Amino acid sequence: MSEKNSFVREVAERKYEYGFTTDVQTDIIEKGLSEDVVRIISQKKGEPDWLLEFRLNAFRYWLTQEQPTWGHLKIPEINYQDISYYAAPSSPLGGKEGGIDPELMKTFDKLGIPLEERMALAGTAVDAVMDSVSVKTTFREKLREKGIIFCSISEAVREHPDLVREYLGSVVPYKDNFFAALNSAVFSDGSFVYIPKGVRCPMELSTYFRINARGTGQFERTLIVCDDDAYVSYLEGCTAPMRNENQLHAAIVEIVVKERAEVKYSTVQNWYPGDSEGKGGVLNLVTKRGHLRGRDSRLSWTQVETGSAITWKYPSCILSGDGSQAEFYSVAVTNNYQQADTGTKMIHIGKNTRSTIISKGISAGRSQNAYRGLVKVTSTADGARNYSSCDSLLLGSKCGAHTFPYMDVHNDTAVVEHEATTSKISEDQLFYCNQRGISTEEAVSLIVNGYAKEVINKLPMEFAVEAQKLLGVSLEGAVG
Amino acid sequence: MNQYIDFYSEVRDTIAARSCAEMNAGREAALQTFSAQGFPSPKAERYRYAKVEADFSPNYGIALTPLGGQLPPYCFRIADAEPRVRVLYNNVADTTDSIVALNTMLCVDTLVVHVPRGVRVEHPIQISNLLKGEQDTMVCRRILIVMDKLAEADVIITERAASQSRFLTNQVVEVVMGSGSHLSLYEIEETHLLCTRYNSVFVQQGRDSHLHHTSLTLFNGHTRNRLDVRLQGEGSEVTANGCVIADKMQRVDNNTLIDHQVPHCQSNELYKYVLDDSAVGAFAGKVLVREGAQKTVSQETNANLCVTRSARMYTQPMLEIYADDVKCSHGSTVGQMDEAALFYMRQRGIDEKEARLLLKAAFITEVIENIPLESLRDRLHVLVDKRLRGELSKCEGCKLCK
Repeated sequence: MSEKNSFVREVAERKYEYGFTTDVQTDIIEKGLSEDVVRIISQKKGEPDWLLEFRLNAFRYWLTQEQPTWGHLKIPEINYQDISYYAAPSSPLGGKEGGIDPELMKTFDKLGIPLEERMALAGTAVDAVMDSVSVKTTFREKLREKGIIFCSISEAVREHPDLVREYLGSVVPYKDNFFAALNSAVFSDGSFVYIPKGVRCPMELSTYFRINARGTGQFERTLIVCDDDAYVSYLEGCTAPMRNENQLHAAIVEIVVKERAEVKYSTVQNWYPGDSEGKGGVLNLVTKRGHLRGRDSRLSWTQVETGSAITWKYPSCILSGDGSQAEFYSVAVTNNYQQADTGTKMIHIGKNTRSTIISKGISAGRSQNAYRGLVKVTSTADGARNYSSCDSLLLGSKCGAHTFPYMDVHNDTAVVEHEATTSKISEDQLFYCNQRGISTEEAVSLIVNGYAKEVINKLPMEFAVEAQKLLGVSLEGAVG
Repeated sequence: MNQYIDFYSEVRDTIAARSCAEMNAGREAALQTFSAQGFPSPKAERYRYAKVEADFSPNYGIALTPLGGQLPPYCFRIADAEPRVRVLYNNVADTTDSIVALNTMLCVDTLVVHVPRGVRVEHPIQISNLLKGEQDTMVCRRILIVMDKLAEADVIITERAASQSRFLTNQVVEVVMGSGSHLSLYEIEETHLLCTRYNSVFVQQGRDSHLHHTSLTLFNGHTRNRLDVRLQGEGSEVTANGCVIADKMQRVDNNTLIDHQVPHCQSNELYKYVLDDSAVGAFAGKVLVREGAQKTVSQETNANLCVTRSARMYTQPMLEIYADDVKCSHGSTVGQMDEAALFYMRQRGIDEKEARLLLKAAFITEVIENIPLESLRDRLHVLVDKRLRGELSKCEGCKLCK
């Protein structure tokens, strides 16, 4: 037992690998939030009037709202006036290739993000977002040949205003919730993707988010529009430096999927989770939603959540196109004092729509891990089909695993199934492995990886390797 | 809400005079809870699917009659019960709940079922409630069941309506189970469309005690059943079953909480709903496993059959677990009848209506077959069959139903 304990301690004390800060000159505006701040952000980005109007409407709405409390979470009080809503590495773009601030380049190198040559090997187009601003988007030329637009959202506002205006806020309106309103008011940057009709995006598109500056929040916004018969696979990754205070991350992801189009959205979330005492860490309060507008459209969310002090998000799908299909695969790992309340919403509106939910929660240490999901079948959704399965694995007697599924069925032709189990790694399984010369640590890692495999398999290759590594780091020490 | 507070202020003295000290003791606190909270809104998690405000808003006459008639063995009016039993009154119920508070405020008498140590009650104790009267009436009813060590009993609580007025029942049942005791508690509701029923059952289980709770809603208007079981003694077990048959505009909401406070307890829940016409069903069941409640085994199942497009089902099987060495699972389904089974029967000359009926009856049978009391099982098979054929729902003088 003592051996185990020492191992646990060792791993618990293991440092968050990405917890460094980069000494890049940053242009930060004064802390606080007011209409003036919203105007300044808009002005700094040289935005058109309609966008300023959108932001102001959102801000005024936000003022009338209160932070929701229904999550199974203990959220430290957030002082919205003590956050700087705009931080940008000054002069990130040098115009031509290689013109990036060398410090910044080092940052992304440290994170292992292939911004230059290596990306050619990896075959991934990357949009990197530091603090609030997109610093570099790669492979743009190659994508442009196919008519694909992949750029930062501020650029899209300048160059493709009609597209942005048509779709921005059409899936997550600013009135959606408290954090969506906040994001709509102050969002600084993010990625924009447009895949034209019939185009199959030849490479994985990827965004890396990083919070660097102190006392800032990150409010990025991703908008993906996939036109008829198009296909795209999109990856998202994130890290933050170690800070004693909590950092706020309130993002919005909107996805529009048209007829017969397919979008795969994968996230490996590794924000700083706070130290072993539960101090600091990122508050990850994100609204993600896809709208399957067209017939036979498909959307798949895959997420591996290992970081953040608090994760509160429900990547959702509105299945309004007849025959559309949605999937949600999630692994959420919490350790130490981390808290997660995550899951999905599947709203079936179109006929013969199908959705699958596979959620795997793993809790260790003193963490709380909750799955909360809604499956709603409206009266128009004839023949709708849902299968949900959420399993929880408990490692340690001080942690908690919770399941709160909601099912609202308003149609007699629908079939909705839900099942959930909660258990710990059985002695039998461990004994079996031990017997065959596999140490307990390795055995746990094997079992956990096997448990999460169903989800990890859905990730694109490069991400699957990263996710598996992350699971290893987060869990090996949690035995006992 | 104010109508109830005003009414209470008017009749405060009358109620106190008709009641006993134990019951009067909690009234003022209940009034405060009720005035402070009012009726729970749908935003309150446990009342998401109930329309409390609307259910309580009609102007009801409020019955303030103490229990009468001859009471069967082991049953007492609270004033005649042993003092150690009397003090348990209002100790098990959730006094912060405003529906319970309203009951505590206005209830005049309590039926106590007290089974002494080691006694096995041979015949089931049946508590029949008959709602009768020309006037729209609200009834606040209170039952306290105390099972001493190693006692065994079957208790059946039925709710029926004999006249076509509107009735609102607010019933609170408190159950205290001593170590090694066994209780089978059945609740059967057969009222009519104008009846509203709020039934809150609170159970506290001691070591190695076994509770078998079955709630059958065969015919009703609006019903909300709440069942809170606190497993406080190691080795205790609870089986909570329920079935609902609803059609027309009926609404049934079952809300359960199984609270595993100590290790080595078991819970098993099975709720089945058949919803026809524009009926609305809701099931919210939470299994809470507290820190340290290791070796808990829990299974929760909710299966629902929606027969028409306008029927609605809301289901929410929840697990909240703070211990690691547990086996908890839940499953929930919403679906329709098996077309293959229908085809099979029609092939063999069973007409479609009958075939559908058979399938519905078979679906419900699982719950009834779980009932340990044979005579009740037989009677329920007949009742369910009658109900599915629409015979029970024939209301007096009503020409609308077939």
